[in-house]
Amino acid sequence: MTAVTQTVLESVQQFRLPDVGEGLEEATIVSWRVGVGDRVTHNQVLVEIETAKSLVELPSPFDGVVTELLAAEGETVKVGTPIISVGPEAAPPASQPEPTPSVLVGYGPAGDGGRRRRRRRPTASPAHPGLDGRVRAKPPVRKLARDLGVDLATVPATGPHGTITREDVERAAAPAPVEAPALVGAPEPDVTRIPASGVRKATAAAMVKSAFTAPHVTEFLTVDVTRSVKLVEELRAAPAYAGSKVTMLLLAARALIAAAKEFPDVNASWDDTAGEIVRHERVNLGIAAATPRGLVVPSVKDAGSLTLPQLAAAITELVQTAREGRAAPRDLTGGTITLTNIGVFGVDAGTPILNPGEAAILCLGQVRRTPWEHKGRIALRWTTQLALSFDHRLVDGELGSRVLARVGAILERPKWELMQL
Amino acid sequence: MEPVQLLSPDGTFTPDPAWPLEVTPQLCRDFYRRMVLARRFDDEALALQRQGELGLWLQSRGQEAAQVGSILALRDTDYVFPSYREQAAALCRGLTPAELLVQWRGNALSGWDPARYRFHIYTLVLAAQLPHATGYAMGVQRDGTDEIVAVYFGDGASSEGEANEAFNWAAAAGVPLLFFCQNNHWAISTPTHIQMRAPLHQRARGFGLDAHVVDGNDVLAVHAVTRAVAEQIRAGGGPALIEAVTYRMAGHSTSDDPTRYRTASELDSWQARDPIARLESLMVAQGWIDEELRAQIARESDALAEETRRVCREFGPVDMTGMFSAVLAQQSPLLAEERRRHEALVVSYAD
Ligand SMILES: Cc1ncc(C[n+]2csc(CCOP(=O)(O)OP(=O)(O)O)c2C)c(N)n1
Ligand SMILES: [Mg+2]
Repeated sequence: MTAVTQTVLESVQQFRLPDVGEGLEEATIVSWRVGVGDRVTHNQVLVEIETAKSLVELPSPFDGVVTELLAAEGETVKVGTPIISVGPEAAPPASQPEPTPSVLVGYGPAGDGGRRRRRRRPTASPAHPGLDGRVRAKPPVRKLARDLGVDLATVPATGPHGTITREDVERAAAPAPVEAPALVGAPEPDVTRIPASGVRKATAAAMVKSAFTAPHVTEFLTVDVTRSVKLVEELRAAPAYAGSKVTMLLLAARALIAAAKEFPDVNASWDDTAGEIVRHERVNLGIAAATPRGLVVPSVKDAGSLTLPQLAAAITELVQTAREGRAAPRDLTGGTITLTNIGVFGVDAGTPILNPGEAAILCLGQVRRTPWEHKGRIALRWTTQLALSFDHRLVDGELGSRVLARVGAILERPKWELMQL
Repeated sequence: MEPVQLLSPDGTFTPDPAWPLEVTPQLCRDFYRRMVLARRFDDEALALQRQGELGLWLQSRGQEAAQVGSILALRDTDYVFPSYREQAAALCRGLTPAELLVQWRGNALSGWDPARYRFHIYTLVLAAQLPHATGYAMGVQRDGTDEIVAVYFGDGASSEGEANEAFNWAAAAGVPLLFFCQNNHWAISTPTHIQMRAPLHQRARGFGLDAHVVDGNDVLAVHAVTRAVAEQIRAGGGPALIEAVTYRMAGHSTSDDPTRYRTASELDSWQARDPIARLESLMVAQGWIDEELRAQIARESDALAEETRRVCREFGPVDMTGMFSAVLAQQSPLLAEERRRHEALVVSYAD
């Protein structure tokens, strides 16, 4: 390729991280494709970066020799920050960089470490800043407020143009330290106040934490489980299962374990502090159990290593001890994925909330007789609805869908599928 | 209905008596040159966006045959309404790189004088150009000239209400309008098959449009079909629709990462149907391309790329203050405040 006049350098120039995606603030340097001393030609790929939207290769705007790499691999860099210096062929390596020639799209002001000043600092402004005195919030934020029972008129706005942001609503919804006067006022004859303690209090805290940190997505799948119903009957008669409770829950547990082993990324946690995804090598299957003291979730450790009769025995034992309030602390912690069964209450489906720290929870609905297409005709079949909630920070729709589909497929043809495991 | 195809992906030419076309070395060389130049321009614009010189770019890679083959089947005086990635068509009408880039740099709201090129400004509001084109064609109809109007749009845009209103009204009014859909299989991340149950050309017939489907990566088929259909419209046959089945080989825009929603094997299968490689195979087999022609086109491409880089870098800073006075007749306090903030931001830039 012939050198092109305007890209050939007379002095050292810096290339600043551009905004490659309409309003991005920063990007991470994934890998450098050139090193100091390398000759580069215009449009030669210099570096691969990862933005919030995609992996992108940045081509060189210059012809010259790399004099310095200004950002390390793995480093997250603000848009507008110089990331590489390129000089003329024969340049002394340390010559002073020239000021960048023109204002380029997305480049930030100089003398500020390249920090863009697009976004104003969120300063809380009163809730009625609009010219027309109306509360300003986007429709999804309004919906969130409705869902959380927050009155937007009372929420301080920190967004641009005095708009109320999602965070503002969540802040307003977060359990504030309770103010005593409101509670010790006049007697309330129509209510009974029950001190929240123990399991109830822990459950409440765990649910709030989970619901407001992990962005939940729930997917549903209705499956024909007639074959599973038959298998459950057969297993009940088998000596290996004597003493164990054999129900649809057992097969669902087995199916979930299988899916978690097949798609290990769903058997994982989000570590916010470390900024890491923690993938668990073992499947510790949590079973949500209603006990007289409230909901507890004991877990079967390394459930993936158990045979079906062993799993049946383990679940039976675990749920029994939990019901009796004898579960050991070890039983109640360390779960990596959870199964909950609301079918026993005669309910079809729900949107389960994740056990904090886990990436997925499967909810089993009631098994009921349903007119269903079977072999080209309508037949009365046993069906159930499965619901899988997952933490959208680390589980994408595709993965979640595959896991749910897999569980469904196993329950539809349990013998065939479980035989392959 | 199978798409009309004259040139198979391996470059074999099979004439179709229903769509006559005299395939000469000159015709193929012209198509080839224009497609190669268009792709080079498109690649250069992509690089400029990645270098921070453009805010956004929507690539036409893969759709060169659909655009070049169709626009060259029209007269230069036929008015064309593009959508937003019709670079290959625009270059055929003589638009310059500067005109095509300036709006994506933010230096202008649109890049060219539509009357001069008989090529309307890009429309980013999906399908808005279809009623515009229909209205324009009603004007042509009333003028009684033998001009026709063509409008480009995407598979996704065809789901818009406006598109369907335009189909219906164009048919009802019998205007001289060619609807040209580049079905490139994707509307950002939405695949065509979940947008519609019936193929577009079939739906178009329900509106009373004469409709055809053509292999959009076969420049000869696109040209033959568009030419015949354009002449039929010109002769008073009423509006028609052509669905060109093609593929968006790049992301939707420079902000998009298509690997998130489509597989590498899908892209591979379309790479094997690349419109430029296909025509080149025919030309090689026929001895219609030699080293001299390749070298000449390479020189032209390099020059186009260099001009593209040069004009883009010469645009200079963007002045957006006009926005604050152009929308409302009277300055509101909010606008005044926003304007003040904007000016303060601009001043804060060192270079
Ligand atoms: C009315 C409207 N809705 C949504 C958008 C956002 N949008 C921009 S391009 C696009 C996809 C268009 O797909 P298609 O019509 O197939 O054209 P292509 O991009 O594939 O060329 C969408 C949804 C828009 N620009 N206008
Ligand atoms: Mg499309």
